[in-house]
Amino acid sequence: MKQSPQFAQINRECVACGCCEAVCPKDAVHIILGITAQVDKEKCVGCRKCAKECPADVITMVQRRAVV
Amino acid sequence: MKKKKWYDYLWIAELLYLALGLTNILFAWLGMLFFSIPLLISLFGGGKAYCNRYCGRGQLIGILGGKLKLSRNAPPPKFLRSRWFRYGFLAFFMSMFFLMLFSTYQVFAGAPLQETVTLLWVFKLPWQWTQVDMVAPWFAQFAFGFFGVMLTSTVLELITMVLFRPKSWCVYCPMGTMTQGICKLKHGKEFKAYGRTSQDDCGASEASGQ
Repeated sequence: MKQSPQFAQINRECVACGCCEAVCPKDAVHIILGITAQVDKEKCVGCRKCAKECPADVITMVQRRAVV
Repeated sequence: MKKKKWYDYLWIAELLYLALGLTNILFAWLGMLFFSIPLLISLFGGGKAYCNRYCGRGQLIGILGGKLKLSRNAPPPKFLRSRWFRYGFLAFFMSMFFLMLFSTYQVFAGAPLQETVTLLWVFKLPWQWTQVDMVAPWFAQFAFGFFGVMLTSTVLELITMVLFRPKSWCVYCPMGTMTQGICKLKHGKEFKAYGRTSQDDCGASEASGQ
């Protein structure tokens, strides 16, 4: 399966509110131990829904490493 | 679309709570559930499940700001997201909570009951339309104080919902900060063993090409 060119990345200021987890259409985001959200970058399709929803604005989209 | 579960309708409980409190201040006591359940969940290993699933307030501002589009949907300012502000607000909120408990104690010790609800820690709203004679004065005093706390947080969450993203309140919600703090204390080592520390980016540790 072809992967999207980018995926979501969550920085350390995440408040683990779960907004990203709730909107992710691919079930690619989960709250880990009540501390932070984590993105499964294999599942992430880079749709940006989580980034738009995040009230703490801690989600950025990053390019996948080019496969040589 | 994700299938709706029973807990997706807990925003109704939040509305019901506010309506009941406005009808009779003694219902404010029910708000203790909103205080104690998140703490118990995080203390007994449920992490932030309350914030993530069961928070009626979060759902309510999500509906108002998201579905009803009452939010500007702008990212909140940096200071609001900073750790200093979040922990500072928690400290301030808890100080006010303990002051409220102290005034309850004063009424218990014989001071007269103050039939006012304090909004935003400053504005004293007269609240004399409810009968509180059937309970001890201290019991009623706590209800007045606690409903003030709940109304204050509701006003703040609505203001930040309108100005910023719908769930901006969740960033500095004292309960959220407390439950995340409990999780950090409980699972800090486990979290580090999970392969990340708080200094790392949390999304994906692999090089991203940037």
